Amino acid sequence: MAIVDMSAREMAAAVRSRELSALEIVDAHLAEIDAHDHEVRAFLLVLGDEARRRASQIDAAIARGEEVGPLAGVPVAVKDNMALRGVETTCASRILAGWRPPYTATVLERIEAAGAVVIGKTNLDEFAMGSSTENSGFFATRNPVDTSRVPGGSSGGSAAAVAARFAPLALGSDTGGSIRQPASLCGVVGAKPTYGLVSRYGLIAFASSLDQIGPFARNVEDAAALLSVIAAHDAKDSTSLGAGFDASEIATGVRGMRIGVVEEMLDGVSPGVSSVLDSAIASLVEAGATVERVSVPAARFGLSAYYLIAPAEASSNLARFDGVRFGLRVEGEDITETYLRTRASGFGAEVKRRIMLGTYALSAGYYDALYGKAQQVRTLIARDFAAAYERFDALISPTSPTVAFRFGERSDPLSMYMSDVCTIPSNLAGHPGISVPFGAAEEGMPAGVQVLAPALGEATMFKVAMALEAAAAKQTVPAWRSAAAS
Amino acid sequence: MSLEDKYLITVGLEVHCELRTATKLFCGCANAFGSPPNTNVCPVCLGLPGALPVLNRQAVEYAIAIGLSLNCDIRRSVFARKNYFYPDMPKDFQISQYDEPICVEGFLALPVAGKRVGIVRAHIEEDTGKTTHVGNSGRIHGSDFSLVDYNRSGIPLVEIVSEPDMESAEEAREYVSELRAILVATGATDGKMEEGSMRVDANVSVRLKGTDELGTRCEIKNLNSLRSLGRAIQYEAQRQMELVEEGGRVHQETRHWNEDDGLTSSLRSKEEANDYRYFPEPDLVPLEPSLEMVESVRRSLPVLPPARRAVLAELAGGRPSRSELEQIGTCITLELDDYVISATAAGVPFKLALSRTANELAALVGTAEAVAAGSFVEVLKAEDSGRLSATQAKAVMSRLAEKGGSVEEAISALGFVGLSDSEVAALVERVTGENPDEWGRYLAGENQLAGFFIGAAMKASGGKVNGRIFSALLAGKREVAQH
Repeated sequence: MAIVDMSAREMAAAVRSRELSALEIVDAHLAEIDAHDHEVRAFLLVLGDEARRRASQIDAAIARGEEVGPLAGVPVAVKDNMALRGVETTCASRILAGWRPPYTATVLERIEAAGAVVIGKTNLDEFAMGSSTENSGFFATRNPVDTSRVPGGSSGGSAAAVAARFAPLALGSDTGGSIRQPASLCGVVGAKPTYGLVSRYGLIAFASSLDQIGPFARNVEDAAALLSVIAAHDAKDSTSLGAGFDASEIATGVRGMRIGVVEEMLDGVSPGVSSVLDSAIASLVEAGATVERVSVPAARFGLSAYYLIAPAEASSNLARFDGVRFGLRVEGEDITETYLRTRASGFGAEVKRRIMLGTYALSAGYYDALYGKAQQVRTLIARDFAAAYERFDALISPTSPTVAFRFGERSDPLSMYMSDVCTIPSNLAGHPGISVPFGAAEEGMPAGVQVLAPALGEATMFKVAMALEAAAAKQTVPAWRSAAAS
Repeated sequence: MSLEDKYLITVGLEVHCELRTATKLFCGCANAFGSPPNTNVCPVCLGLPGALPVLNRQAVEYAIAIGLSLNCDIRRSVFARKNYFYPDMPKDFQISQYDEPICVEGFLALPVAGKRVGIVRAHIEEDTGKTTHVGNSGRIHGSDFSLVDYNRSGIPLVEIVSEPDMESAEEAREYVSELRAILVATGATDGKMEEGSMRVDANVSVRLKGTDELGTRCEIKNLNSLRSLGRAIQYEAQRQMELVEEGGRVHQETRHWNEDDGLTSSLRSKEEANDYRYFPEPDLVPLEPSLEMVESVRRSLPVLPPARRAVLAELAGGRPSRSELEQIGTCITLELDDYVISATAAGVPFKLALSRTANELAALVGTAEAVAAGSFVEVLKAEDSGRLSATQAKAVMSRLAEKGGSVEEAISALGFVGLSDSEVAALVERVTGENPDEWGRYLAGENQLAGFFIGAAMKASGGKVNGRIFSALLAGKREVAQH
C-alpha cells in the first residue's frame, strides 16, 4: 500500500515501530502535494522545510527511545484560520496577508505535542464565510474527485487535502457546517464536536458562539483519534468544557440503538443524496438499530436564525481588522478614511455582506426583532432537539442536500446558504455532528450522511458513524486516480 | 431674584475607577502604571486575531467589595460588547457589562449634605489604551500622527453610576470625596485622580423650581480633580440657566471641560452619538458569584468610612455641628481618625483633638504619618494643660513631622522649655517693678493691662514664658497687693 493511502493510525504505528520514518511519511505527502496540488489548490502555504525538520526531530526522539505521541509523524493539514507562531496566517483574506502571529493556537500545540506534523495551511472561504471555498481572497480550491466542482466550504482546503491524500488528517472549523459539508462533498469524514469540547484559543473567530474546531480524516477511527488529541479543557478559553473524548469504545455497534431521521432535513434533497440516505438507513436497520422519522420543528428556522446570529457576532469579531495594528493598511487622510479604505479593499464581497447584515441586526431599534428573536429561536431548537433525544440515541440526515456543484453555479447567496440547511441547527444547539461518506450520488460524486447526537454524545455519534462506514460503498478517489484506472 | 433661587440644579455622576489587581482583567499582563509604552501587552490585550479573554477572579472580588461597601445587591451578571471604532481600543469593541451589571441598587450617604445618593449600578469593564496625538490639534482629527500605548488596555475598571440625586457642585464634590474614601478603604483602588485611576463624568441639568420633570442633561467629560469637577458643574449649570433664561433650549450632548479656560465646549451631540450595538460577549460565560464568595468578600472588608465617621460623631456627643462634620470628614478622608480617638481616650478634649487633627495634622499631608499617635497625644496634653501655647503646639507637630524624634526633644530644640514657677514669679516681680505706672493702673482695675505685662514678660524671656501661668501669678500678686 502506498504510504499516502495508509490510515493515520497505521502511519503512527509504523513510525513508532520504526518500519517507516516520520521523514519518509512527510516526504511521501510532500511529493503528492507537489504532483497534484496545482490541480486542487488545497494549500495556501505548504510548510515543506518545517515539516521535514519536525519529522526528523520525531525520528531522532524515537531513536533515543523517547516517548512520542499517538500521532507521531502523522502529517496534518491545518485550515488557515488557526494561529501558528511565526507562520503566515491569513484566513484567506487579503486584509491579513503577511500576518505572522506571535503565538500558537491551543489545538496546534496539542497536535504537535502528540507528535503530529503540520504540513501546511489550507485554503478556506475568507474568514470561514462560505460553502464552496470560492470566497477565498486568493484562489478557489477544487474538488479532488472532480476538479470542475467546488470542494464545499468553508474548510474546503482541509477536506480537499485529505481527499487528495495530501495528508491523512486535517483540522477545520465548523460554524454552520464548514467541516461537515465539505467532508460530504469531497467524500471524507468530518466532525464538529460539542461546543466547548475543543479550545478555540487561536482560532480566528467568525461567530464565537458557534465556531468549533474539528477533525477531517478518510476513516471514522482516524477522525476519532484526532479528536481525542484535541478535546481537552483549556484555561485560555472561557467557553471550554471540562470534558475530554475517549476514542477507545466506538466500535461496539449500533444494535438496539434508536436512531431518528430528521424530517425537517429531507426537504429539497436531491434524488441521488436521498437514495444514499435511504441505503444508509437500511444498513443501520440491518446492523440492529431501530430507525424512525422524527420531527425537530424549530430546525426549520435554523438557517434564518443563523444568518442573524453569525453575522452579528462576525460584525463585532471582524472590527479589529482596521489597519491600525496588523495586516493591511490603506492610508487615508484621517483615521476614519484609513478605516474605510483598509476595510473596503481588504475584505471580499461575502465578508462585507455579512458585516453589514450583522451590524444591522444589532442596531438600536432592530436588536429585539432580529438578534433577540434569533436567540429565542436558538433556545427553541435546543428544546426541540432535547425532546427528540428523549426518544432517540442519535439522529441522522443528509449532510448537505446536494453533491458538489460546479464553480460559479451558485452565485446567488441564498442558494449557497441552502447547502448548510442540515448542518446549521446543531451549531445553534451546540451539539456534535459528523459527516460520513456513504458512496456516490449524482454523477459519481460523493455524498455524506450526517449523524447528530446530544451535547457530549460524541461516543454515541462515532458508534453510528462506524456502523455507517462499515456498510458504505467504496469510497470515491481523486480524479487523477480514477482517470488512470479507466 | 438670582438664577440660583429660580432654578434647581441636578447632577448625576459616573465614576470609573481602576482596580488594584496584580494583572489585567482578561489576561496575565501586569496592571502597572508608568511602564515604558507597550511593554505590558500580550495577544489578548492587543486584541490579536484568535486571542480570547479569561476573567480575573481578583477583579470580581474587588467589584463585589465595591458593591457591598455601597450597599448594593450583588447579582448574576453578563458581559457585553460595546462596539465602536477607536485606535486605542484593540478589538474595536470594549468588554463591559450592559443590562445585567454585577452590582445594583445601592446608596452612598453624604454626611455634610445630610442626604443619601442612590447608586444605580456598578459594573466591571476593561480600560482602553492611551492615545497621544502628535501635531497642532491635540485631537485625533487634524493631528500629524498618533501614538498608542496599550499598557492600559484591559486594565480592570468598575464604573459606578449614581442617581441624579445631587443638587449642587458642593454635593457632587462631597459625593466623589466620600466615594473615594470608601473605595480606597476597601483596597479596590488607589483612588488617584491625578494618575487617572479615578475618573469622573458629570451629568448636569437645570429646571425651574417647582417643576418635577428633569431638564435636558449634558454630560461633562475630562474632570481630573475635585476642583475641576466643582468648577465644571458650576460653569455648566450657570450656562444652562442663562440659556433657558434667554428662552433657549439645552441640547443633549457631551461636553468637554477645559480647565485652562474654565469652560465646557460641545464634543458631540446626541445625534452624533454612537450606536454601540451591545450584545452579550460570546467569549465569556455569565458571571454568577456564589453566596460563599460574596460572604467571604464581605468578611474581609475593613471598617468603612461611614462607620468610622459614626465613631467620631459619637465622641462629638452624637450631634456634630456642620463645621465639626467637615472636620470629621477630613479626618476620615485622610485616614487620620485614629489620632482623634487616641487623644480623646487619653483625656484631651474632643474639640481640641478634632481641630488639631483636621487642621494641623491634615496640613502635613504626606508627612503626618511620621507623627506617632502617642506623640500627638503628648503634644495635645501639653497644650491642654497650658504647658504649650497653641502656636507652640503647632510648631512642635510640624517639627515632629519633619525631623521625627520625641516630643521633649522637639520642645527643647524649639526653645519651648517653659520657665519654672519661681522663674515666672521672678518675671512678674521684674516687669511690674520696671513699669510702676502700668502696675498702678492695673491695681486700680484696668484689667486689659494684663496683656501689656504678658507682652513685656514674653519679650524679657525671649518667648519662653507660659502666658497662662504668668497671668495667674500676676493676678495672684494683685490680690495680695489689694488686701
